[in-house]
Amino acid sequence: MGRNRSDSYGWITIALHWLVAVGVLSLFPLGLWMTSLTYYDPWYKDAPFIHKSMGVLLFIALCARLAWRLVSPVPAPLPSVSELERRVAGSVHKLLYALLFAVMLSGYLISTADGRPIEVFNWFELPATVHGLPNQEDYAGYAHLTLAIVLIVLVAAHALAALKHHFLDKDRTLLRMLGRPASGNQSGHESPTFPDQKGVLR
Amino acid sequence: MKMSLRNTVLAVMLVGATSVAWADDYVIDTQGAHAFIQFKIAHLGYSWLLGRFNDFEGQFSYDEKNPDASTVKVTINTASLDTNHAERDKHLRSADFFDVSKYPTATFESTGFKENADGTAVLSGNLTLRGVTKAIDIDVKHVGHGEDPWGGYRRGFEGKTKIALKDFGIPYDLGPAASEAELFLSVEGIRK
Repeated sequence: MGRNRSDSYGWITIALHWLVAVGVLSLFPLGLWMTSLTYYDPWYKDAPFIHKSMGVLLFIALCARLAWRLVSPVPAPLPSVSELERRVAGSVHKLLYALLFAVMLSGYLISTADGRPIEVFNWFELPATVHGLPNQEDYAGYAHLTLAIVLIVLVAAHALAALKHHFLDKDRTLLRMLGRPASGNQSGHESPTFPDQKGVLR
Repeated sequence: MKMSLRNTVLAVMLVGATSVAWADDYVIDTQGAHAFIQFKIAHLGYSWLLGRFNDFEGQFSYDEKNPDASTVKVTINTASLDTNHAERDKHLRSADFFDVSKYPTATFESTGFKENADGTAVLSGNLTLRGVTKAIDIDVKHVGHGEDPWGGYRRGFEGKTKIALKDFGIPYDLGPAASEAELFLSVEGIRK
């Protein structure tokens, strides 16, 4: 079963987390690279096509992730994590979601600024909605790049925090998101039939 | 010899008054959009890409008795370029092409006008684009003039010229077929 437990992540949350991570970490350099290409570069047309298509799919993955959070709430931070760290982590996670959506929205507003839809891998089209605002593509483009840079900085902070938990605090924060079962005897993975182990580990 | 301030003012007023009396001044009808600044550039050498500037203003003076004294001045809002594709327009506004945040306007100011007997003419002037000012010649055809149905008087010209992108410091390479852009100008003035 893919549901999260009170002390561990289910595989659906883990898969969606890393899917979004891979998506963001490929879309950012792809976006920078594709805008630097010369006109006769063989990737001049395909790179933006892939960037936009992946962006739309990432949006779907992110929506699925949020929906899944509602269905199956994520586990609380480890008991060893301080109150301050919980608050900071919580704010960063919310900000990451907000920035992801803002970057996607601004990207969408560039490509659909003249009413053209976005082609997603010759698979389906995402229609334009808001278009024709004065200099929409320029403002949206500025927002897209700026917000993407802020997002990547925050992603780096998020990753460094995970590494800090792993190497300095030597706790299971990162291992939990990698789906590694706890080394202790009462891990959720080893007793899947118990619906809730709340209190056992604390 | 020193001229008194009063005499200087008088002289300036006199010169101003006579030039007004000689030539008719026209404001280019951008209000009613009877004026167009279009550009045309080869796409890979296989077809044409057309675009235009939607926002510009200008005026000209024209005297039938002395056409060679005609003058034109046009100011273009470079950010208003329009090739019917938002992403391309965004790219064209960037530093790769027009760099509109740094160079928000382009101007053309005439320096000479030579009219031929057949109604064609050559308009010389300075085009300032992307911060570079260069003298260009525009082949002009006098299209027509006369009263409009609403109580005004109009006069129109068309013009054609070619500019090389690199002459104005446009750094982006669109390929060997697209080193030059053609400009087509259609200008209707309403007499002041």
